[in-house]
Amino acid sequence: MAETLFRLRSDAGHDGPAVALADYQPGGAAVRLEPADDARALIPHLPALARIDIAFPKFREGRGYSAARILREAGFAGEIRAVGVLYVDQLAFLVRAGFDAVLPETPFDAAVAKATLARFPHVYMKAADAARPVWLLREEAALAGRT
Amino acid sequence: MYRYDEFDQAIVDARVAEFRDQVARRLRNEISEEAFKPLRLMNGIYLQLHAYMLRVAIPYGTLDSRQLRMLAHIARRYDRGYGHFTTRQNIQYNWMKLEEMPDLLADLASVEMHAFQTSGNCIRNISSDQFAAAAADEIADPRPYAELLRQWSTLHPEFSFLPRKFKIAVTGSATDRAAIQLHDIGIKLVQNGDGEIGLKVLVGGGMGRTPLLAHVIRDWLPVADYLSYMEAILRVYNRHGRRDNIYKARIKILVNDLGPAEFARQVEDEWARVKPLGLDPPPSELARIAAHFQPPVLDASAPVAIDLSDPEFAQWVAVNTHPHKVPGHAIVTISLKAPGEIPGDASADQMDLIADLAQAHAQDEIRVTHAQNLVLPHVRRDALFTIWQALKGAGLATANLDRASDIISCPGLDYCTLANARSIPIAQKLAVKLAPQEADLGELKIKISGCINGCGHHHAGHIGILGVDRKGEENYQLLLGGSGAEDASLAKILGPGFDENGIVNAVEKVIGRYQALRTGPDERFLDTYRRVGAEPFKEAVYG
Repeated sequence: MAETLFRLRSDAGHDGPAVALADYQPGGAAVRLEPADDARALIPHLPALARIDIAFPKFREGRGYSAARILREAGFAGEIRAVGVLYVDQLAFLVRAGFDAVLPETPFDAAVAKATLARFPHVYMKAADAARPVWLLREEAALAGRT
Repeated sequence: MYRYDEFDQAIVDARVAEFRDQVARRLRNEISEEAFKPLRLMNGIYLQLHAYMLRVAIPYGTLDSRQLRMLAHIARRYDRGYGHFTTRQNIQYNWMKLEEMPDLLADLASVEMHAFQTSGNCIRNISSDQFAAAAADEIADPRPYAELLRQWSTLHPEFSFLPRKFKIAVTGSATDRAAIQLHDIGIKLVQNGDGEIGLKVLVGGGMGRTPLLAHVIRDWLPVADYLSYMEAILRVYNRHGRRDNIYKARIKILVNDLGPAEFARQVEDEWARVKPLGLDPPPSELARIAAHFQPPVLDASAPVAIDLSDPEFAQWVAVNTHPHKVPGHAIVTISLKAPGEIPGDASADQMDLIADLAQAHAQDEIRVTHAQNLVLPHVRRDALFTIWQALKGAGLATANLDRASDIISCPGLDYCTLANARSIPIAQKLAVKLAPQEADLGELKIKISGCINGCGHHHAGHIGILGVDRKGEENYQLLLGGSGAEDASLAKILGPGFDENGIVNAVEKVIGRYQALRTGPDERFLDTYRRVGAEPFKEAVYG
């Protein structure tokens, strides 16, 4: 499975198994959220966690995008891994929502993944990544034009 | 109207390149049909009964002549010479080839258009009032507020895999021409005592299998908090909306299950969390967008009185024009409902002609209405005769706006894979039958859907018709008393359904009873129905 994991982090990471939220014990380093789980239940435990897996049993499943963003908004800096039925064309959404690793059922083509992430030069809205929305770029351009 | 800057253009161009790559990978079989389906849907491409169908976004229903000419070009180059304007102010083409789609999207991008999110479980085209910037009863032009939403919702990373599709409408007028009570979110611009503009927010309206009217969850939202509040609504829906049953997945079901007060409380709670994250653009962004929508400079001394001695022309002026906020001007609605034709269809030649008229006489603007007609919003009254003559020569001068033959109809079983029954032939038969007496009937909105999904807005029809499948036969239910306007209400089923000829006869009986019951020529069918109830009509049809 190692070659299937698509990871955007350079740190070593935590390779251990992730336990279900219901089985999670305080201090554990990895946990797995199912779509219906409340990501906010993990907020007290974020300092101890190295990795949070978020399950996508179907490509139509969209709750994980909110879960990842909520965890980033709460300050989590560890690995958030999307696990399940995911396609390379969803990669930009995943990254912008706060995921930095994907374990898809079918491996991503590395070249396509790279092209997908480089595809859109700008974004319209702020999200969990560092991309700056165009309204900010426009404001800066307008301010620069005035000086 | 809004013009793209370098950022907007770069995003749309990247989308074309992305889809070109996706189609190439699909044609090389590197992507399965299952994986490709959500990708093409997010670019507005459906697989219908006979071919691929493409739905092009017309944000808030506003076009310029250059864009309408491009839509005509697309009809000629890629389709069979016509397009179909939809109930969400978009246009659909019915005979598409997948391998040609990337070139088509590139053509669209060359005139600042796209097919972003015209399908799929995401935030769809933002719709609005077709009389924006022209109507006398407007607080402010709603389109800058719609454009801000268009940008915010485009490729939103958190809200592109919602439980179900999501439709937002924005209006700035007391008269509701955008059906905001029948949308997932309805936004109404309101003004406080200091003349400041704010937003009234409605949530949970919709048609389809479970028709519901929206609830107001906030009477006043400061404009500065607009997008963060939208994020809060969408996040509550994305996390808690049902995903186990597609018929219960729209936000209206969540709002209804929780109750509007509890839903509003959850939104406020989420909003308190996301508001400090800096999601809202500065006021300069709305001001930048609004600067694109400066009202045209119109000559308020243009003559009001015009020669109405031609009775056919006078009839068209009386029925198909509305007063403009600037004296000496009018808002023209071009009916795409000539009796016997397909509601909402326009040929490439007709589109070109309308583009020419808009450029010459209407400040280069065209609007699409949710009733599947087109509008020239800013016309001098002394140009009306010239316009009417040109329209007449192209079969576009039907004087039937909001009358019995101005029927909304979905494509139905003639095209759509979801449909259970044909809609278009029913609309055609009814229009031909009713046109001779429609002047006497006054405002009468007939709306036809070919399945329970309700794209033809049958629940919002004064008279609604729903096609269903009954043991392999097309069967048509008759509904009465709906409205999508500011007096919104949901039409109710009158009784057992009919076959194709039976439904036409039943509508005629309903209309006959209305004529007998109304207090005078000013009482609309809807008013009579609301006054007397369903019983007399039941008796007329089934008695």
